[in-house]
Amino acid sequence: MYEQVRSIVSDLLRIPADQISAASSPENIEAWDSVQHLNLVLALEEKFSLQLSPEEIDEMKTVGDIAHLVEGKLQVPPS
Amino acid sequence: MTSDPKGIDLRSEADRMISAGSEALASECLAELWRKEAGGVAAAFLVSRFEQLRGKLPLIPYRLAVLRSFTAEPAIPLLRAEAFVRGIDLIVQLGDFNAYPQDILDPDSSLYRFAPDAVILAVQTIDLAPDLWHQYADLAPQAVSSAIQRVSDSFRQWIRAFREHSSAALLVHSLELPARPLTGILDAQQGGGQATAIYEINRALRQSAAEHRGVYVLDYDGLVARHGRLRWHDQRKWLLARMPIAANHLIDLAREWLRFLIPLSGKTAKVLVTDLDNTMWGGVIGEDGMTGIKLSPEYPGAAFQSVQRAMLDLTRRGILLAICSKNNPEDAMEALQNHPGMILRPKDFSAVRINWGDKAQNLREIASELNVGTDALAFLDDNPVEREQVRVALPEVTILDLPENPLAYASVVQDCPAFERLALSSEDQQRTTLYAAQRDRSRAEQGLQSKEDFFRYLDQEAEVAPVSPATLARVAQLTQKTNQFNLTSRRYTEQQIADIAARPGWQVLSITVHDRFGDHGLVGVAITRDDDETCEIETFLLSCRVIGRTVETALLAHLAHGAASRGRKQLLGWFIPTKKNAPASEFYRQHGFEVSRQNDDASLWSLDLTRRMIDSPEWIKVS
Repeated sequence: MYEQVRSIVSDLLRIPADQISAASSPENIEAWDSVQHLNLVLALEEKFSLQLSPEEIDEMKTVGDIAHLVEGKLQVPPS
Repeated sequence: MTSDPKGIDLRSEADRMISAGSEALASECLAELWRKEAGGVAAAFLVSRFEQLRGKLPLIPYRLAVLRSFTAEPAIPLLRAEAFVRGIDLIVQLGDFNAYPQDILDPDSSLYRFAPDAVILAVQTIDLAPDLWHQYADLAPQAVSSAIQRVSDSFRQWIRAFREHSSAALLVHSLELPARPLTGILDAQQGGGQATAIYEINRALRQSAAEHRGVYVLDYDGLVARHGRLRWHDQRKWLLARMPIAANHLIDLAREWLRFLIPLSGKTAKVLVTDLDNTMWGGVIGEDGMTGIKLSPEYPGAAFQSVQRAMLDLTRRGILLAICSKNNPEDAMEALQNHPGMILRPKDFSAVRINWGDKAQNLREIASELNVGTDALAFLDDNPVEREQVRVALPEVTILDLPENPLAYASVVQDCPAFERLALSSEDQQRTTLYAAQRDRSRAEQGLQSKEDFFRYLDQEAEVAPVSPATLARVAQLTQKTNQFNLTSRRYTEQQIADIAARPGWQVLSITVHDRFGDHGLVGVAITRDDDETCEIETFLLSCRVIGRTVETALLAHLAHGAASRGRKQLLGWFIPTKKNAPASEFYRQHGFEVSRQNDDASLWSLDLTRRMIDSPEWIKVS
């Protein structure tokens, strides 16, 4: 799950996956602006066939948070 | 779920191709990835890779500015990816949120400084006419009229101002209806309503657009309705991020924009080349025959009538049709000409290649015949293997990907953006007919493309008749004078001809010819002698005036048919070579005769009439 999220973030922000960690967030990645955040939400919803609520989107602070959130919604073991 | 293994392969393959400098293959990988995975993540990947390939691929650059009243950012990468796959490098500037009036009215705005080729003005009803959208039920008729007036005037003013400052194309979204009219079922009853008011604005918009060159209306309401008013809108995203369109429909908006951008950038298809079996009819004509193929108003033939109708509609826009099919020409032409279910007929096609050869080569020939580049072709074929072959051999051809179900074929043709046109001239509507007439004229002027066409063009008519007192002199003269096309060079006087003609079993025949250019008179002579089982050609000659136009074939065919009908089993003829008659040396061989005897001075040729016959050329009317 973490790997998948990381690869989505990597594609969207055009940053090599190895430069992204669980702590990566809009705070420490310049390219991660509000537009990209919206693109990320849409990509996650598309990829995992789920709907994120405004509250859940608020919880998405770092890549680690996102992976955790999506896992929870899918109830899939971490990968 | 996450990208399937094939998807990951395509990405790494694309990157490998890029590093290896195989740009065309990389482009094809990216296109395949898009076909499989079109969406936000793939779009980001495609855009970044195509940007790396800039300068190495023949992409058409096109500058697009988008002015908007809602969040449109997520649609832009989708638009750019879709455009890249179609050979267009879109450079997009998105105007500031809701800044469109200033952008348009201020001649120094960033809009004009961007120097766009085209501008899209995407505003929603809720933004431009909030009173009509939210409060319609409260409004008195006068308030409705003035709302209509206000919005219509805004559109007119913006269009006019834009045109003053820029000659770029302008594409304006029309206003969309709400999914649920505020007055419920009352809205559709007489006396106007919310829908009527919004449509009034759209009517005024169309009028304003028509007053200027290069201003177009994008039927946004039509787009929304087509996908379903209830599904198009995403209230959550609208409230969260001012993005009103459901994520899965963003690609539909991008594609609708492309239906204008493609003709605007010139990347259109001018010819649709179609397969026959299982594309224009159900089944295979060579196996199922006229009665077995499916082509009728009932299921399943109806699907094929629909796709034919869709193709016919394209010709009304000036698009030409052509056929490329692996078939026996006779089988296919019979169906095309005579099957009662055909909507299209041979006259609707400007080029035809029905043979067993390679389709890519046939497409090249079709392009050449129709005087267009292969990049102006679109290809329709139910067979994915054929499509792939063409895609690899001719990447510039627009391939229409047909799904499994023939019921969906017509919509694939209708949805293909390469067939969109921004304007229609009367010439467009008649292009197929005009093309056929022009082709005939230019052939006459410049020399014809094939021998058969030239023969047809000649319009020859021939008469074969026994020699008569009126023609005796001319017949004898020809036997004396003709040297080049003369198989035996026997010379006769008028008296000798008269004697021969009277002998039983002998025939002296003449052939007279006239064609488009005039009457050539008596131009050929054949003298034959019947034995028990054979008919021997004693003399066969043709005036050099008509050599090489298959008149000789017509005369020989006449002799063969005559001999056969008289019960002769073999047609014989000597060829006696002279210094001058080399043009005739291959005559018998070319018509299927075999050498039966040969010596230094002559060769005897024979044709077994019980097994073979000679056909008279179809382009000469013989009597």
